[in-house]
Amino acid sequence: MAFLLQNLVNALQWGSFYALIALGYAMVYSILMLFNFAHGDIFMTGAYIGFGVATSLVALSSLGAVALPGWLILVLTILVSMFITSFVGITVERVGYRPLREAPRASAAITGLMIGIILETGNLALLGAQRVSFPSLIETVTYNAGGVYITNKKIMIVAISLMFMLALHLFIRKTRWGMAMRAMSFDYIVVPLMGVPLNRMASMTFALGSALAAVAGILFGMAYPVLDPYMGILFGWKAFVAAILGGRGSIMGACLAGFLLGFIEIFVAMIFPSTLRDFIAYSIVLLILVFRPHGFFGEPYSAKLRL
Amino acid sequence: MEATGSPQIAAKIGIRNRLREFFSDVPILGWLAGAVAAVLLEQLIGLRLAWLLGLPKIPVLFGFTIILKKPVLMPSAMVYVLLIYALPLGIVARLCAAPANRLAGKLIDVSMPGAVLLHLLLLYAVLHIWASISDYRYLTLNLTLIFVIVTLSLNVINGYMGDFSCSHPGFIALGAYTSSVFSLGLFANDTMFGEALLPAVLGPFLFPIGLVLGGFVAALGALVVAIPSFRTRGDYLAIISLAFMFIVKSLFENLEFVGGPRGLAGQPNWANLPTVFIWTVVCIWVINNFVRSTIGKALNAVRDEETAANAMTVNTRRTKILAFMFAAFWAGVAGGLFAHVIRYVNPAMFGIQQLAEVLAMVYFGGLNSVYGSIVGALSLNLLSEMLRPLELFKWIVIPLLLILVMIFRPTGLIAFKEFNVKKVIQPKRKEV
Repeated sequence: MAFLLQNLVNALQWGSFYALIALGYAMVYSILMLFNFAHGDIFMTGAYIGFGVATSLVALSSLGAVALPGWLILVLTILVSMFITSFVGITVERVGYRPLREAPRASAAITGLMIGIILETGNLALLGAQRVSFPSLIETVTYNAGGVYITNKKIMIVAISLMFMLALHLFIRKTRWGMAMRAMSFDYIVVPLMGVPLNRMASMTFALGSALAAVAGILFGMAYPVLDPYMGILFGWKAFVAAILGGRGSIMGACLAGFLLGFIEIFVAMIFPSTLRDFIAYSIVLLILVFRPHGFFGEPYSAKLRL
Repeated sequence: MEATGSPQIAAKIGIRNRLREFFSDVPILGWLAGAVAAVLLEQLIGLRLAWLLGLPKIPVLFGFTIILKKPVLMPSAMVYVLLIYALPLGIVARLCAAPANRLAGKLIDVSMPGAVLLHLLLLYAVLHIWASISDYRYLTLNLTLIFVIVTLSLNVINGYMGDFSCSHPGFIALGAYTSSVFSLGLFANDTMFGEALLPAVLGPFLFPIGLVLGGFVAALGALVVAIPSFRTRGDYLAIISLAFMFIVKSLFENLEFVGGPRGLAGQPNWANLPTVFIWTVVCIWVINNFVRSTIGKALNAVRDEETAANAMTVNTRRTKILAFMFAAFWAGVAGGLFAHVIRYVNPAMFGIQQLAEVLAMVYFGGLNSVYGSIVGALSLNLLSEMLRPLELFKWIVIPLLLILVMIFRPTGLIAFKEFNVKKVIQPKRKEV
């Protein structure tokens, strides 16, 4: 039982990364009807920006100028890197997606992939190939609850990501911008005719998604403090799987499917040898899609690749 | 000619037009003869000329590598390319134009297959002589030809059928592993599969069987993707195929008898240039006929409007299954060739990286076109070899180039163009 609960905690943490990244995919999809394939690398960029901000803040406070407590550094890091990374997202949209608004969707997929490669290589060129380690901002405290070991970091990771998901939900449900987003996902041809600015909406969506990816990157850096330029590829594609599994463009679905994918991966690794993890996890995904081809919350309508 | 703009521009247009005019009645046969002359010239005096021009060795890929490594050598590399390639090619092609036209016309009249065969023989001669200069050229050429097969087969699904399939690395892996197991298990004394069962002399002759077996296994694997594609398309199919790719990779990582993550090594070197060339030609021929047949038209119909196609008596299910299995078959064959050219496979080769490369080749070259696939595979492969001296920045230059192509030509360089062999090789005689 304790073993099971332990894995449940791990799965929650693991799934929250997927969910945060998958949200970015789902939001962009709901507005523009295409997937931002550079999103995994935006996650990586966010993690590195977080790393840069955190190390400089730590250096600043160790100089003695301003002694900042760890939690304050963390909060500042998250906010500042969200801000910076959102500009990365806006730039990606400007360069790779806006010129291709009328083009076939597959072409936009290719530009996304290529921008991802540029981000990876640019990072490699700037910082070199050695991995960097994320500064430990908060001391790890381990609680033992009846045989289940829970660290304060795990609790914080899950709590912070849930908080941001809730914030996003409120933003979409309660604000004018959110209403515009919902309208746009309902019909992205007519709604711009009603005076909703498509380009600004697209920029905002990319900014929001990238900011969430930056949060995921920093939280990832807290949990697994080794960053490398290619860490975004696998995470990005897996979160993409989650976004689709939830139903295209469904924010709620992306969240749930992100957690589900985390659960599947952790529990497969718990029962079977961990080398079989991808094999079984993706077989399950395949089966789900065979029986529910439009994901959990998607409409049973198959848009096709427009050429 | 109108002399409207500045005289300089007019002169430039004039030169260009005059060049085009000058070479306008040179048929493919003439160009091939010119190319033979050029590569023969390189074979004969290439080394001496390179030495004279102060180049360290014969420029391997048209001087690009040398220029990027040592910009000082740019003039001599350009002179080399001019003297060895451009001038002989142009002069011989021009001189041969008249007889080549006559010969091409006569050949087509006598027998079309014969004419095609002669062209292919000449092309092979050019490639063979060109590649015999260095092992690096040989390997690059082999890999490029293999990627022509891969790109073409992916174009069948992504271009002609209009799905976004991400499963090609999986198919390639299936083919590569199957044919590796075939040749290692039967013909090699291997630590993993024991003694050779058949004498190694037979190997090169039975090698096609291994390749075809690899193709069939890949085609069977394609069923996993094809059957869900009845009910869903677009993004969901992309995920299904992506999941398939992850599954295949993970499967090979866990199968101990094919080496697990370590992979398989020591495949016999049967995939030499003639073999790869013949398979590539056969693949282009078969796929070109496939996409121009009724099934190919059915593929386009399914892409443009599935419901309407169904109403017009196109059996969409059969079409989809056929297209997937057909494409996967060729991907498997390419995988087998790949394994025997590199002579090593491991599961990590068939991941996201390769997927991005293959997708880039398809969309760069052009959708729905055999020309486009050939051009895409050739140009991206050669480009990535030529830009090798840039090291890391190669992976900034190539993606930028692709982004520009996507922005200005969203369906690729040569999209939606039919590949008609007869039109390619026919004589370009001016009407008298």
